[in-house]
Amino acid sequence: MYQKLRKTFVVWACLLAICVFGFTAGQVAAETVIRARLDAGLKQLDPIWTTSYTVRGHGYMVYDTLFGLDENFNVQPQMVDTYSVSEDGMAYTFTLREGLKWHDGTPVTSKDCVASIKRWGARDGMGQKLMEAADKLEVVNDKTFRLTLKQPFGLVLASFAKITSNVPFMMKEEHALTDPHEQVKEVIGSGPFKFVKEEFQPGVKAVYVKNEDYVPRDEPASNTAGGKIPRVDRVEFDWIPDPTTAANALIAGEIDYMWTPQTDHIPMLRKAEGVTVEIHDDLGLQTVLRINHQQPPFDNPKARQAILWATNQETNLRAAAGNDPELFKVNPSMYPPGSPYACDAGSKPLMEQNFEKAKQLLKEAGYKGETIVVLHCTDDYIISNQTLVTGQNLRKAGLKVDMQAMDWATLVSRRAVRKPASEGGWHIFQTWFNGPDFLNPLEHMAVGAACEDAWFGWPCDQKIEELRTAFAQEPDLEKQKAIARKVQERAFEVVTYVPLGTIYQPVAYRSDHLEGVVKSPVSIFWNAVKK
Amino acid sequence: MWAYIVRRLLATIPVAGVVAVFVFSLLHLAPGDPAAVIAGSYAMPKDVEQIREKLGLDEPIYIQFGKWMWQVAHGDLGDSIFSEVPVTRLIAQRVEPTLCLAAASIIVAIVMAVPMGVLAACKAGTWIDYLVMVFAVLGFSVPVFVIGYVLIYGFSVHAHFFPVQGFVSIREGVKPFLRSITLPSVALGVIYAALIARITRASLLDVLAEDYIRTAHAKGLSSGVVITRHALKNASVPIVTIVGVGIALLIGGVVVTESVFNIPGLGRLVVDSVLARDYPVIQGIIMMFSGIYLVINLLVDISYTFLDPRIQY
Repeated sequence: MYQKLRKTFVVWACLLAICVFGFTAGQVAAETVIRARLDAGLKQLDPIWTTSYTVRGHGYMVYDTLFGLDENFNVQPQMVDTYSVSEDGMAYTFTLREGLKWHDGTPVTSKDCVASIKRWGARDGMGQKLMEAADKLEVVNDKTFRLTLKQPFGLVLASFAKITSNVPFMMKEEHALTDPHEQVKEVIGSGPFKFVKEEFQPGVKAVYVKNEDYVPRDEPASNTAGGKIPRVDRVEFDWIPDPTTAANALIAGEIDYMWTPQTDHIPMLRKAEGVTVEIHDDLGLQTVLRINHQQPPFDNPKARQAILWATNQETNLRAAAGNDPELFKVNPSMYPPGSPYACDAGSKPLMEQNFEKAKQLLKEAGYKGETIVVLHCTDDYIISNQTLVTGQNLRKAGLKVDMQAMDWATLVSRRAVRKPASEGGWHIFQTWFNGPDFLNPLEHMAVGAACEDAWFGWPCDQKIEELRTAFAQEPDLEKQKAIARKVQERAFEVVTYVPLGTIYQPVAYRSDHLEGVVKSPVSIFWNAVKK
Repeated sequence: MWAYIVRRLLATIPVAGVVAVFVFSLLHLAPGDPAAVIAGSYAMPKDVEQIREKLGLDEPIYIQFGKWMWQVAHGDLGDSIFSEVPVTRLIAQRVEPTLCLAAASIIVAIVMAVPMGVLAACKAGTWIDYLVMVFAVLGFSVPVFVIGYVLIYGFSVHAHFFPVQGFVSIREGVKPFLRSITLPSVALGVIYAALIARITRASLLDVLAEDYIRTAHAKGLSSGVVITRHALKNASVPIVTIVGVGIALLIGGVVVTESVFNIPGLGRLVVDSVLARDYPVIQGIIMMFSGIYLVINLLVDISYTFLDPRIQY
């Protein structure tokens, strides 16, 4: 009897549990949703506080910019309706478009823009150069503000249109007044999507919903310019850490879009039904070998030039991108191939691998067999594979190499150490940049040679800095090209860094239910339609 | 018994203190700079310095430790350096998937392992016994991510029985929850099933050799009754011990499983935080895990008194 009662109780308890949980209504799903897997999980929300590309992608969802770049990398107005430049090029007046609003419904005003530019200018390299050249940045009226220069600066519009971190996103004045070295915690932009704070799980998921009040431009969408029309109700950035799982999820239709799948998954994705793999970033990734100019033997330019002669771009590229010629390109330039300033000036040593020449230069530099410490980042496959090739090439050139394996977080702290390698310093590390980061000599931080103020590696060359300043002041494109060419020539002589070539990373998406994805070096979801 | 429980609970305080010192020291002595990671790969050195200063990471270690311990003593595990979200909220966001995965994995493991162990013990020396032991060796030897990929390939990508990845809370429906948790819990459960099956077999073999078992058979009881009513209960102490050890080992197992199956749990949070050097999050989670270990050990010890009345504290 007792057993029968116990069984009856268990059955009814199970039924009750099913009733309570089984019919629980889930969240009402938005009508159209894009699920995207980008390059990392989003944790921070302030694209001025950090240079992270993931946060930049978040920024493009919720914020807007005064200018954008079209598919030919021409500057186009975005938030700006009209602008004028004085005859002497020393004063720029900008008037905002009508109808621009923040996500809280308040209007975008020129006060917001002035504060945002100042905050951005305190952090961004190009912004800092702009602020150095600026005399005044003032509000004229609610919709108009003026930038007055105290010295010529030919890249004002290009600075406001830049798509490299830090992008000059416009924020509300109250947020833009935040110390640039502290994070803005609230996300209120004026962009085509709104951030859903309640659903944000740092490192896991970020959710954006359509901004119904967004007023897009009339022109068709083109890169970060043109009409940014949000055509889906919701976009979710779902971070899937395992790249194999992410590729399988795309094949299974559980996600719609994958930014830069791993190279060895590309053949599998190309074969998958309904999946399109295509290159959206025509500028590619620019892979870099960075040398520590402060530590012997590389404080001697001949030793640095030896590395140029010891390098073979194609071997490095194949190690990272595989053998598909669509996915890499040997690049004799320090600027991305096909970009306005790309040229081959000074690149001969890089293009003709010659170990005997390298050995000769090392001898002339007085190299006596000291151990060269190479920081080998193992958790980025591009950097890891290319560093292995570098290690081998350096040995062939006669250098004694100590490859020290570490994760990226360790590398970024180690590269800041200015001590000798025997005391925790380094000689060489490798990395990559998005193509737009290298578009011109001013933005190109690997070419900069401002000594102690330069990027890690600290190259020191006054001539390069003078040329970069001249470039910044020159408005004429042809003259800019000539200066950019001279910068590259000098950078190859000094060897501010060794370019290791260009890698093209495609995106993969479900073309059977997603169309209109805008081609850009950054992940963009306006214009995209879910079928 | 209550005095024993209270004594054990009080003993967690010095243990927690030792864990706190240990984990704080290890983290801050290990290479890596959260300020550099925050600033991003392409920040300038001076920006990294300023962020470090703003976050207080340039203060002497003993001051940073003192501040953190003061917070912890007040129940505040601090905020993530990156997202500036309280660590307790991050843990709360991620605890459900991990608990569900761990519980499901242990259930899968026990449901698979105990019958297998019993069968192997009852058929000791036969091909059934060897088959079970081969499974035990393989299950414990094959890495969980390999099992995971194979399951995904077979049951998700090709058969479409289960999703490739993701976690659905039980609040959104039992069926979607079960679908999302099945493959990960099988992948993880297989490893512990192997371990539990071996222990079950060994423990049961010892008990089956006892005189009272022979007496029970002689009294005419069926094999099933002898095993379930007499032998298994007496063999259960080592089994429960290994289940307790298995739960502790699960902490390591969930890290890989959560990454392979994209389950947003504590395991992934730990890995992400370690890679990013998010000190408060790492410290908070390790403190929490050490507390969980202590409680699990206590519960296992208490369970002995129910399984074997001769054991008293």
